[in-house]
Amino acid sequence: MELAVALAIGVLTAAGVYLLLRARSFEVILGLTFLSYATNLLIFSAGRLRMGQPPVLRDGLAPTLVHHTDPLPQALVLTAIVIAFAMTAVTIVVAIRSHADNGDDHADAGPGAPRA
Amino acid sequence: MSHLPALPILLPLFTAAVLLLAERRGIAPQRAVSATGLALLLAAAMALAARVDGGIPLVYLVGDWPARLGIALVADRLGALMVLVTVLLAVPCLLHACGGGWDRRVPHFHALFQLQLAGLSGAFLTGDLFNLFVFFEVLLIASYGLLLGGGRGARMRAGLHYIAFNITASTLFLIALGLLYGMTGTLNMAEMALRVAALPAGDVPLVRAAAGLLLVVFCAKAALLPLHLWLPQTYARAPAAVAALFAVMTKVGVYAVLRVYALVFGTQAGPLAGWAWDWLLPAGIATLALAALGAVAARGLRMLAGYLVIASAATLFVAIALATPDAVGAGLYYLVHSTFAAAALMLLADAARRAGVTRRAAPALAYVVVAVSIAGLPPLSGFIGKALLLQAVPPQQTVAVWAAVLGTSLLMVVALARAGVRAFWEPAGRAPSTADVEPAAPPADPARTPWPQSLALALLVGYGVALAVAAAPVQRFARAAAVQALEPAAGIEAVRATAPRVRAPSP
Repeated sequence: MELAVALAIGVLTAAGVYLLLRARSFEVILGLTFLSYATNLLIFSAGRLRMGQPPVLRDGLAPTLVHHTDPLPQALVLTAIVIAFAMTAVTIVVAIRSHADNGDDHADAGPGAPRA
Repeated sequence: MSHLPALPILLPLFTAAVLLLAERRGIAPQRAVSATGLALLLAAAMALAARVDGGIPLVYLVGDWPARLGIALVADRLGALMVLVTVLLAVPCLLHACGGGWDRRVPHFHALFQLQLAGLSGAFLTGDLFNLFVFFEVLLIASYGLLLGGGRGARMRAGLHYIAFNITASTLFLIALGLLYGMTGTLNMAEMALRVAALPAGDVPLVRAAAGLLLVVFCAKAALLPLHLWLPQTYARAPAAVAALFAVMTKVGVYAVLRVYALVFGTQAGPLAGWAWDWLLPAGIATLALAALGAVAARGLRMLAGYLVIASAATLFVAIALATPDAVGAGLYYLVHSTFAAAALMLLADAARRAGVTRRAAPALAYVVVAVSIAGLPPLSGFIGKALLLQAVPPQQTVAVWAAVLGTSLLMVVALARAGVRAFWEPAGRAPSTADVEPAAPPADPARTPWPQSLALALLVGYGVALAVAAAPVQRFARAAAVQALEPAAGIEAVRATAPRVRAPSP
C-alpha cells in the first residue's frame, strides 16, 4: 500500500507541476487542484498508513497509537481540503473575469505578457 | 489566564461580523463600526505590548488543551511588536480608503479589511505551525478581496497571477507541514524545537528538506530574489490604501523566517542549527542589489514603491541572517520604519497622480521627508535603522554587507530624487511621464485632497518622525525582542509549563 500511495502522490505532483507551468488559466487551476490532492494524500500519510484502525477513542481499547490511528492528520486534511476548495472557486472566478476583460487566458502578469 | 493574547484576533473577527450586518445600512454606520473596532484593536495591541515587555511570553491555550496537543497562542515581544505595527499602519490606511471613497467601490471593503487584520494578528501571535498556515490563508483570502474588488482589466490579470502564485506557495507550505508532522509528531513550534534537537541522524535529511520548503514559502511571501517578480506588478495595481496595508504583508514572511528558524531550527537544533542563515545572507544581498536597480529603472511612483518594499525586505533578511541580537534588533527597528515609510510612499503616489495636487507644496514636502527617510539619509528613522544595522555587522561580513547596504542606498537616493522631480517639478502642460499603469477614477473635485487622506499621510509621516525622535525606547524594545527570539529556551519552557485550567489530559 505504501508503494501505491507514494506513486499516487508522485504522479499527482508531477501532473500538477506540469500543468502549472503551462501558464494558461484553465491548466493552472487544474494543476493547482492536482497539487492540492497530492498534498492531502501526503499529510494523510504523515500519520502513518495503518489498515482498520479507528481514529476515534473506543471503550475497551487503551487510548494509545497501538490501537488507534493518529486523528490529527485527518483533521489537518479536512482543513486543507476546505481551504483548497474555496481557493479553487476564487481562482475560477478571477480567471473568468480576467478572460472576459483581457480577451485571453494567460496567467502571467508581467509587462511582457501578451495583450489581446 | 489572561485573555489578552486572543483579543487582537477576536476583535477584528467580531468587528467584521458586525460589519456584514451593518452593510445594508449604508456607508456611514460601516465606517463608524470599523473605526470603533480599530480603536479597540489599537488599545488591545498597546496593552499586549506593554504586558509582554516584562519579558515573560504570554501563552494562551485555545480550547484548554496542553500546547503539545492543542492550539496555543504565544505572545512575546516580537509578536506584540508586529501586531502593534500592523494596527498602527491600519489606521491611516482606513482613513485614506474612507477619504477617497474606496470603501464604497470595493464590495465588503470594511469587513475584508478587518479580516485582513485578524489574519495578520493571528499570524504574529500563533505558536503553532499549522495555525500559521491557516492565518496566512485568512490574510491572503482577505487580500484577494481587497486587491480585486471593483477591479477589472489589467488588475484582474495581476490578481490571477498573485492568487496562483500564493496558492502554489501555500501548497508547498502544507507539504512541508506534512513532512514535519510525520517526522516530529507535533505542530507546536516550541515542542517541535525540542524534538528537532533530539532527532535521530536518519531523519535529519528529510527534516532539512521540509525546512528548505518552508524557507521557500516564507521567502516567496517576502519577495526574496528568485521569487520577487510578483510584487511590483501587484502593488502597482492595487488601490492605494490596500497597497499601503500590503507594506506589512512582506514583513509577515520576514517575521515567519525569524520565528521559525530562530525557534525551531535555532541554536539548540543540533545538526540543523542556524541552517537557514547561510542561505539568507547572499540571497538578501543579491535581492537588495536587484531591487535598487529595479527602483532606478521604475516608471512611476507606485512601481518605485514596490521595488523599495522588496529592498526593505531584503535588508531585513540581511539583518536576520547575521543572527546576532544587535543585528536582529536593528533589523526590527528598520522593519518598523520601512513599513510606515513604504506605506507613506504608496499614499503619496496616489496623491501625486491627482491633477493639480502636484503643484502644491504640502505633498511635495511630505515626499521629501519620506524620501529622505527611505533612502536612509540623516536625521530620520531610515538613517538610524541603517546605521544601527551597519554597526552590528560582525567583522568577517563587514565588506559585503556595508558595500551592499551603502551602494543600494546611493541608488535609492538617485531613484527617489529622479521620481520626485518628475512627479512634483514637471512643468505644467507637459504630460507627466510618471503616469501609472492604472489611472484612478477622478474624484469629484480633482484639485482638493479629501481631508482624511491628508490626515492619513500626515499620520504616516508623523510615525516616521516619532520613530526618529523616540528612537531609544523603540530600539530598546526591538533589541529585547531580538534577544528573546534568538534565545528561545525560556519561551519554550513557558509554553511547556502552561497547564490547562480545567481538564486533566490523558497521557
